[in-house]
Order: sequence, then structure tokens, then C-alpha cells
Amino acid sequence: MIEFRMPSLGADMEAGTLVEWLVKPGDAVRRGDVIALVDTQKGLFDIEVFEDGTVENLVLKEGAKVPVGTVMAILNGTKEVVQKATKLEEAGAAREMPREVIAPVQTPPEIKASPLARRIAKDLSIDLSIIKGTGEEGAITKADVENAAAEKKQTPEQEMRAETAQQPSSPKEKTAATADSIRMAVAAAMSRANREIPHYYLETKIDMRKALAWLAEANKQRSVKQRLLPVALYIKAVAKAAAEVPQLNAYWEDGLQLKEAINIGVVISLRTGGILIPALRDAEKKSIDEIMEWINEIIPRARSLNLRSSDITDTTITLTSLAEGSAETVYGVIYPPQVALVGLGSISEQPWAENGMLDVRPVLVATLAADHRASDGQIGSRFLMAFKHYLQEPESL
Amino acid sequence: MTEEELKPVIFRLLKGVAPDTEPETLKPDDNIRTTLEIDSFDYLQFIVALDEQFGMDTPEEDYGKIQTLHTLLAYLFQKAKKTV
Amino acid sequence: MEQAGSTIKLTYREALKQGIREALKKDDRVFLMGEDVGRYGGAFAVSKGLLKEFGEERIMDVPLSESAFTGAGIGAALAGLRPVVEIMTVNFSFLAMDQIVNNAATLFHMSGGQLNVPVVIRMSCGIGRQLAAQHSHSWEPFYAAIPGLKVLAVGTHEDARGMLLTALQDPDPVLLFEYTYLLNVEGEIASNAGAVDIITAKVRREGTDVSIITYGAAVPKALAAADELATTGIRAEVVDLRVLRPLDEETFLASVRKTHRALLVEEAWRSVSVSSEVSARIMEKAFYELDAPVKRLGGVEVPIPYPKHLEDACLPQPNDIVNAVKKMLQHD
Repeated sequence: MIEFRMPSLGADMEAGTLVEWLVKPGDAVRRGDVIALVDTQKGLFDIEVFEDGTVENLVLKEGAKVPVGTVMAILNGTKEVVQKATKLEEAGAAREMPREVIAPVQTPPEIKASPLARRIAKDLSIDLSIIKGTGEEGAITKADVENAAAEKKQTPEQEMRAETAQQPSSPKEKTAATADSIRMAVAAAMSRANREIPHYYLETKIDMRKALAWLAEANKQRSVKQRLLPVALYIKAVAKAAAEVPQLNAYWEDGLQLKEAINIGVVISLRTGGILIPALRDAEKKSIDEIMEWINEIIPRARSLNLRSSDITDTTITLTSLAEGSAETVYGVIYPPQVALVGLGSISEQPWAENGMLDVRPVLVATLAADHRASDGQIGSRFLMAFKHYLQEPESL
Repeated sequence: MTEEELKPVIFRLLKGVAPDTEPETLKPDDNIRTTLEIDSFDYLQFIVALDEQFGMDTPEEDYGKIQTLHTLLAYLFQKAKKTV
Repeated sequence: MEQAGSTIKLTYREALKQGIREALKKDDRVFLMGEDVGRYGGAFAVSKGLLKEFGEERIMDVPLSESAFTGAGIGAALAGLRPVVEIMTVNFSFLAMDQIVNNAATLFHMSGGQLNVPVVIRMSCGIGRQLAAQHSHSWEPFYAAIPGLKVLAVGTHEDARGMLLTALQDPDPVLLFEYTYLLNVEGEIASNAGAVDIITAKVRREGTDVSIITYGAAVPKALAAADELATTGIRAEVVDLRVLRPLDEETFLASVRKTHRALLVEEAWRSVSVSSEVSARIMEKAFYELDAPVKRLGGVEVPIPYPKHLEDACLPQPNDIVNAVKKMLQHD
């Protein structure tokens, strides 16, 4: 039996609302299949399953909002089903695959709510299971129900969504999350970061003449659609630097946990405000062209709020790169539980002293925000110098 | 194609990459990217769309020539002449 | 005639004395009897000077036998007088328990309604004067359990001034609990203050966030706590029960229906206390109004110790009330 739980789509997510099930009990699912639509403050996400198996029981009802980690469905792993079948066959009890294995007993989670809160919730037709209590021992109080009722009133579109979710054929609403709600979610995570993470910052200036020349040369031979943007180089350079300095490709959760995979989160700003941070998985194994392909594919999906759960999970280090013509320097806030964030400003022409001579060069200011619990300036500096080295020697990428 | 015929096409393409902007409000010498707040990725998408629309190939070194509506139109006319 | 709204400042002791004096003046059937109430002026000087003013027939010193003089008082009431029996300290009232419980409380019932016992028994009670374990307890819950008695807790100056007058109008036995701890405390009452009702509980301070339901010497403590809570933005309502038997449940239930939270505070031992009863009634009649479990702050269940710091530690203090309310509202 596999418990399929509400996934965490980043440190800024506390709860999600199940909008729609895309499978029903009895359906076979394969790893990577999208089986549900979940609404978060950051918008609607396709939720993928991580195991092969059969859907046994959809525990969560559409429209329910539950905290991260709540069991949404029970699946039977393929292996399990096969094993049981084999056993039964051995015993000669049945020839056919059992259509159903014993359904797990689901005890509904106990909701602690004050008598008054229950009464008001009933009057206002509010589902107590979606409310987080603030009373004694997390009990739901009158105020909690009234807040939920006010929220419900303020966002009638949510109700609409819940309604449309009733019809499986309804088109997916793509602009569910407002810029405000995304920004609030990000702000919550950033507040936590500022509260908990002792940040330190390093900065270096990088002469981008060679890198830009290399890009221009590379782009000459490419069709417009295949052309590279500097950000592809940045991602590759971050990946290589992270491989060299693994202490920054890590989580801080009850201590430092180094991560083997290098999944680089790339901050994408939405035109309406707010940011999303999809991650390029195993970035160190990708060529620059593969990285550019990912960018071409992910940015439109992010901007249309059409990301999947796997797009934004397991990020191990984050890169934020300001658009051309923006500020020259950015000091980022680390996304917990990650321990480092690389901030790149926009390239600007600046006087450049080298070998006793003064020249004008395109200059990129790179900063590193890192978690002092996980590393110190020496390690951070090694990372930043490695990043600089790769950008100054683009052919090495 | 005249300038007046070209403009709506350009606006449509811009709108395609940046749906929430109002390209019609662009003045001839406004920098398209900064005025409409289009980043490098979206601008690349615009050039892709431009190339597809007019069946041309805009090399990277020409990006500087198409920063405003005015220069973009001039660039398109020049390209058209060459192909004719 | 006193100007409406004008007030006078006086001690709780003085308010009690003024009440007794007015009762004696108004009705010559009224007389005060008790240990040392005359020549000595009362163990706590409440009746000081009254002997001179009203004479030996109206201010009567009695032998040190609670059972005998309480019984005499009951007899006088049956015979048509309006005796005010003072029992020096509530613990001594147990020596008169038989008279109070078996006679005063039952005669109306056992006589088929023919015999009323209009006796008023005043008892000094409460904790906080370092009188140790035989002189300072809060026995109100004990008496509040007995049908046939009216039990009043005098928690304010206004009630100290006026409760006795109304109690004397009552055809049945009334027990007045007066708090030694408050005797020297000054308070303001209307300069024309007089008889008060002995039926209802009173909201002493209005609030919206929590109902602090209390009585007796804990009333001023609850009010002090409410003042402090107000500085943190919490509006606590303070309900003074006043009448512990029969309880005026409508008043405290109305308060709970408004605030949806109840903290019950009293100095009596926590188990089987007045708060136990109030809590039960809230559960029975306002359960669906509750937004948090009913909480109680009562006395620590030990014989009251002599040392000041231990005595204080036995009682809910304003700070304890503040903390309990904050905890209920999750503001801590």
C-alpha cells in the first residue's frame, strides 16, 4: 500500500486544495503520470505520482484544502499486487488477478473545534477540515471559522473553481493564483528565511567579454529558435561550481545535508508580479543546448502558471538573474531549506583595470547569499571564484 | 505592405509574447523592450515570431537595429527590399 | 437629597457598619448578636460604637457558643424579630451547622410553609489576613449546597453597604459572607447608596473577549486583572455572582453567550466549588456558545497556611488571572 500525500511544492507551501482528481479507483498509474490538480497560493499544479501501481482509494474529496503531507489517496504498488496474486495462485484459491485487495480502513482525521465554531461552520456551510485552528491545542475557534468564511466570500472565483472541478471535463483554469497570493506565499518563505538563516553575502565582478563573444559566435550558427541566452551559461556555470563546492548544494534540515543531484532553481518573474522557481534537474549533466531547451520550455509554462509538481520540487540551489537593463547587483534571500542563492545583476559596461591598463568591458556582478550554519566565507568564495572562472572561460562549459 | 499595414501585425506579435501589454501605445521612438518591460527571453520569442511571420532570419548582431518601432519598421522594409 | 452621581469614599468595614446602622434605625425589630460585637466593638471592629448608639438590647454580646446563640437567633426570628447573627469567623459556623442546616434551612419546608425563619447570619470569612488554617477558609460552596438558604457573597463596597438591608426583608434565612481581606480596602459608592437586590449577579465590568465569573474577595482581583488585560487589548468581562444560592444563571450565561469563553475564579478550594456548579450550568445551557473549554482558577487544596507568601500562593492572584486569560486567548 502506498500513501499518496499532498506534496510540498517548496518552502512557501503549507497547504494545498485538491481541485480535481484525474484518476479514479481501479485506474493503473505509472510513475510520472499526472493524477491530480492541486491549487496552491502559487497557482494550479499538475501533481504527479512517483510509483507505478493501481489507485485503490481516493481519500481526499475534491475541493478539500489540506496541509502538506496529508494522505490524498491510497495506491497499490505493482509489486504488491503481483505478490498477492502469486500467493493466491500458489494456494490455488484463485486463477484471476484479484480485482481488489483489502481496502484500508480510513479513520477520518479528528477535527478539534469548539462547540461554537462547529455551530457557526454548520450555519455558514464551511468545511472544518480545511481550517487550521489557532485555539488551544490547535482547536478551531469561532475566529478561525469567521476568517475562513471571509476568505470564501472574498474569493468567489475559488468557489467557481471548486464548482468547475466537479465536472471532470472542465478546462483547467490557468490564472487561478493571483499575483498577490503568489507574492504572499513567497514573502512568507522569505520572512522565514530572514528569521532563521544567518545569511552572509559575497560579491565579485566578472568580465563577460569572452562569454558574450562566445555566445555571439555560437548563435551565428543557430536558427533563431536555437539561439542561446546568457542565462543558459549562468545555469551551467552554477552547476559546475556547485559540483566543485558541494557544501552549497545542500539542505539545512536538522544539520547540513549534502545533495547529490544538482537541481538548480531558476527564478522566473511573472509579468503580473510575483515569482516562480522551477528547477532544472541534474543540471550538471545537461549540455548548454539542453539547458536552453529547458528554458524555452519552462518559461512559457511558468508564466501561464502551468507548472507540474516535479518542476518545483527538490531544488538544491537557486539562481536569480535580473533582466537586461535592470539593476547591476542583486542580493538574494535564500530559499529554505536550501543553503545558497546566486544573484546575478544585468550586464553593464564598466571601466576595467587589467594588467595595468584601463579598458571598458561588459561586467556582470555576481553575488552569493549563503547560510552561515552550512558554510563560511571561504567556502562561499571558492564557489563564487569557480563560477567566475567558468564564465570567463566559456569554452570550458 | 505599408507601414500602416505592418504595425498591427507587429502589435499582434508583441501581444503574443507579452499578453498583458498594450503595444498600440508605443511611440515610434520608444524602446520596445523597456517600454513594454519585455525581458530577453520574451524578446527572443518575439524575434522568432517576427522571423516566422515575415519568413526571414534575423541574426543576433541585428538585434540592436530593431529596438524601436521606428527602427523595426525600417529594418523590415530594408529586409523586404533585399528579398524582392 | 444627595445630588445624583455624587460619590463617597469609604472602607469596606465602614460600608458594612453603615448598612447595619441603617437597618437598626429603620426597623426596631432588627438587632445584632454575636461574640464581642458590643463592648469590644466586633472582632474586626465592624460594630464599633454601635453599642453606645443603640444600647444592649439591640447590640447583644453572646456567650462563646455558636450553636446556642445561632439557635437563639433562629428562635427570635421565628418569634417575629429580625436578628442579625454575627459569626466571628466562618470556620466557627460549623459549631452552629446543626442550627443552620437542620433548623433554619428546613423549618419552612417541614412546617408546610407555616414557619418562616427570617434570620440573617453574617460571617467573616476569606483568606489573606494571616489567620491560619482554623480562621481563614472559603466555605461558601459548603453553604451554597443547602436548599432553604440564601447565600450572598459581599464582594463590593456597594454590596457591603446594601446587602444586609435587603437580606432583612427576606422571609427566609440569609447567609452573608463578608471578607476580612477587604475590610480596610477603600472604595467609592454613591453617596445615596442603600439597599441592593439579592437576586441577581452583576456585570462589574463589560467586555467582549472572555467572561471572568467570580465572587467575594476575588471580585476586586478579577477587576484588577481586567484592567491589566485591557492594556494588552483584551476586553474581559467581570461577572460578580453575588448570590451563590440560588445562582442567577441568566446573567452569567448571557455573558458567556457574548464572549464565548469563561474563566471561573474563586478563593475556595477548587474541587466541588461554586465554580464547579457554574461550569456545569454553562455546559448544560451554553455549550454551543463555547469557543474554548471553561477554565477554573481556585484555591490550592491545602489547609490555608499561616506565612504570608504561602497564604498568597494558595489563592488566585490578579497575575494568575491575567495569565489564565491570555492562555485561553492564545495571546501569550
